[in-house]
Amino acid sequence: MTLKEIKELLEAEVIYGNDHLDLEIKFAGGSDLMSDVLAFGKPGILLLTGLSNAQSVRTANIIDAKAIVYVRGKKPDKIGIELAREKGIPLLSTRYMMYTACGLLFSQGLPGVSKLTPKK
Amino acid sequence: MTMSDKNELSQRFEIKGGDFSRAGKTSTIIKEILQELGIDSSIIVRTSIASYEAEMNVVMYAQRGVLTLSITPEKLYLKLEDEGPGIENIDLAMQEGFSTATDEMREMGFGAGMGLPNIKKNADKFEISSTPGKGTTLDIIICLDKTGKR
Repeated sequence: MTLKEIKELLEAEVIYGNDHLDLEIKFAGGSDLMSDVLAFGKPGILLLTGLSNAQSVRTANIIDAKAIVYVRGKKPDKIGIELAREKGIPLLSTRYMMYTACGLLFSQGLPGVSKLTPKK
Repeated sequence: MTMSDKNELSQRFEIKGGDFSRAGKTSTIIKEILQELGIDSSIIVRTSIASYEAEMNVVMYAQRGVLTLSITPEKLYLKLEDEGPGIENIDLAMQEGFSTATDEMREMGFGAGMGLPNIKKNADKFEISSTPGKGTTLDIIICLDKTGKR
């Protein structure tokens, strides 16, 4: 799924990265806890988060995340946007809440980062 | 970066406790240094995560800390020495989920009790020592040799 498709699906606003919308996203993960993102995130992840301070972008950069979608209308602060620009990490903002935003992406075939498979 | 006679690059970073707005900057710089050196990207991610978690611990809990990055042809070495409250029970602190974080730390997205276990997970060798009331020292080694542990 491209970032452009994700933008349209989530009716998201592009805060930074209009030039990067053709990026191919293969999986995603959602959390407000950067501790969890650092522990379970994988390079290439699309990060959905409600944490809008600079730590969200710093964490995304550390784990080689591909892009960030801020949920429930949140937007990152200036320091975060500046770092995203520097590192080329696209930032989107959607009005959907976390559960709905993740559900929309998952239902359209974007898998999660987790390797867990359902118990039989 | 300074180069010693042992073919070792080393750089020292000072981290200020309580400075949440700058938290993570040192690790961002460390990642840039490793990228410039052309180190394997999966090793860069592991090193950056360990460094970031260690840096956040200083920002959250200590008064100040010094993080030293040393690079030899065989390994990356992160040493973190902080002046702070130290850790009373290291076994407990190493358990996933154990945390003494405050609300302010949690608002920053940290303090879930994953930091030290996550450093250990990303390191090839990890040692921690602490003196309550004085501070904590972390030694983190990540092998560059592909035939290493990972």
